[in-house]
Amino acid sequence: MTAPSAVGNDAQREAARLVAGLPQAPAVWCSGLRKRYGRQQAVEDVSLQVDRGDVVGLLGPNGAGKTSVIKMLLGLVRPDAGEVMLLGRPAGDPAARARVGYLPELFRYQPWLSAAEVLALHVRLSGIDVPASEQRECLALLGLAERTGDRVGGFSKGMQQRLGLAVALVAEPELVVLDEPTSALDPLGRVDVRDIVLALKSRGVAVLLNSHLIGEVERVCDRVVILDRGRVAASGTLTELLGQRELRLHLTGLSAAAEARLAATGAVTRAGDWFTVALPADDHGTAVPDLVRDLAALGARVHAVEPARITLEERLLGILRAGADARAEAGR
Amino acid sequence: MTVLTIAALTLREASRRRVLLALTVLTVVLIALSGWGFSRVAAESGGSALTSGEARLTASILLNLVMFGFSLIAALGTAFLAGPTLAGETESGIALAVLARPIRRSAFLLGKWLGLVAFGSGFVVLAGLAQCLVVRATVDYWPPQPVAALALLAAQTTVLLTLAVLLSTAISPMASGVVAVGLFCTTWVAGVVGGIGASLGNDAVARVGTVSRMLLPTDGLWRGAMNAFQDPTALAVFGGSDGEAFPFLSAAPLTLTYLAWAAVWVALVWAVAAAAFVRKDL
Repeated sequence: MTAPSAVGNDAQREAARLVAGLPQAPAVWCSGLRKRYGRQQAVEDVSLQVDRGDVVGLLGPNGAGKTSVIKMLLGLVRPDAGEVMLLGRPAGDPAARARVGYLPELFRYQPWLSAAEVLALHVRLSGIDVPASEQRECLALLGLAERTGDRVGGFSKGMQQRLGLAVALVAEPELVVLDEPTSALDPLGRVDVRDIVLALKSRGVAVLLNSHLIGEVERVCDRVVILDRGRVAASGTLTELLGQRELRLHLTGLSAAAEARLAATGAVTRAGDWFTVALPADDHGTAVPDLVRDLAALGARVHAVEPARITLEERLLGILRAGADARAEAGR
Repeated sequence: MTVLTIAALTLREASRRRVLLALTVLTVVLIALSGWGFSRVAAESGGSALTSGEARLTASILLNLVMFGFSLIAALGTAFLAGPTLAGETESGIALAVLARPIRRSAFLLGKWLGLVAFGSGFVVLAGLAQCLVVRATVDYWPPQPVAALALLAAQTTVLLTLAVLLSTAISPMASGVVAVGLFCTTWVAGVVGGIGASLGNDAVARVGTVSRMLLPTDGLWRGAMNAFQDPTALAVFGGSDGEAFPFLSAAPLTLTYLAWAAVWVALVWAVAAAAFVRKDL
């Protein structure tokens, strides 16, 4: 080997500067994932992306293919087709998973090891140097400080899930994949998980969260991907998915002109004297006061005006039902 | 690095599971019983009821018989350890978190296999050595090639657990143990049948043993181990070629070609197991 020339050094520095200036590759990027188990098409053409520092929720009914997608991302299941990149590396390279923490839906850890030994094993396998004190702190964060020396075989399901979370968090991950992280936890544990996810987000760690608890997803996620029958049924930020705002009004003495004014704002549904009006998506805060002013001017008596927003749950159910209706239509 | 971590983990699993306790109890019982048996043999032959040749023959046969017991215990122990440690971990989900780490599945499998080899070989070598010492103390018999004999016993265990590892990539933990031990016993019986065929001069029956020894080298290696344990004159005392029909004496030492085949067999079966495990959906 000869010493690199001054020109070579400059070129290297320039290259390093250029690379440093590039935006970081997404934490997860996958395209066209497919998986078939026997005659069952579990996943069909799924593409998704989790940006660095983003918390993305994966939602969908049982059998939608959420866990299969997660396992394909982590190289635990071989996709029939499609590509996966983790933290900028192709997922086929095990090194891509060096900074990935994972809590499986089926969380089981070596029952003959103690909690501290399980953590030490995962640190060793990750190839990242994590001091023992940090490992203990990680267990303490999950409420396992008193049980570090106990065999995992004697843990309750909830304790094992807490241990699983510690395993996912211990090796300084840049991406954490949590598959149903609160399925065995009590309400306090669920709050802990929410705080942990928010803490990860504040540290710029990307999180992919698969959960049936839609309220939880709504609270912590920046973006949501809804899977149905192995396909992406919808995806976007919460504002994009829940963007449709509504207004509930209690009105009496409504003239035909006032009704027309109401209908001009958006789709109207009526239940007695209560009217629900969809607000335009491009509203900049003027639609509601203008509508109330016009209705009053047209002689309507306005008793109550309440803002309403559809919940993620309603949106999810709407998307799933629309999918089912479309399939029924196609099958006819 | 990964390989050694997983191998150490497998050894720790073996030492912490009940399988080690069960193996230790069985071994101690077998050694104690054989010690008592050998001391009776010594007492009976003390009154010169047996010639020195007959005494050595008896010692050889009994030693081979007890060693067969150990190889059976090792076979049961490793086959039923290989199942839970591989198929069991993939079934229960323990493997999910481990294999999501930045490690290659082939390295994981190699680590498991090495751990099992170290455990199984360690067991047969220690138990076999203890047995040899008991025999020496009771009837003053020392096998002609104890190192080769114990190494061949370890090789036999390695062959069987490699088969169990292959089976456990495809079938359930318990089934892989049962099938591996079943095949081990079948090959042994086929070897005995082949030996009878050889002593009767029936080539077709003799071929049963030869073919089974090629398909699964456990019996071939076991016969090599017996040959190294037994007194060289024992076979002549027993009656020359008739000895071949006797399951606890071996007519000839192993050839280098056969040892090479056993090594190739292990490599091939391991490669198939690795290929199956790498493709497995967890």
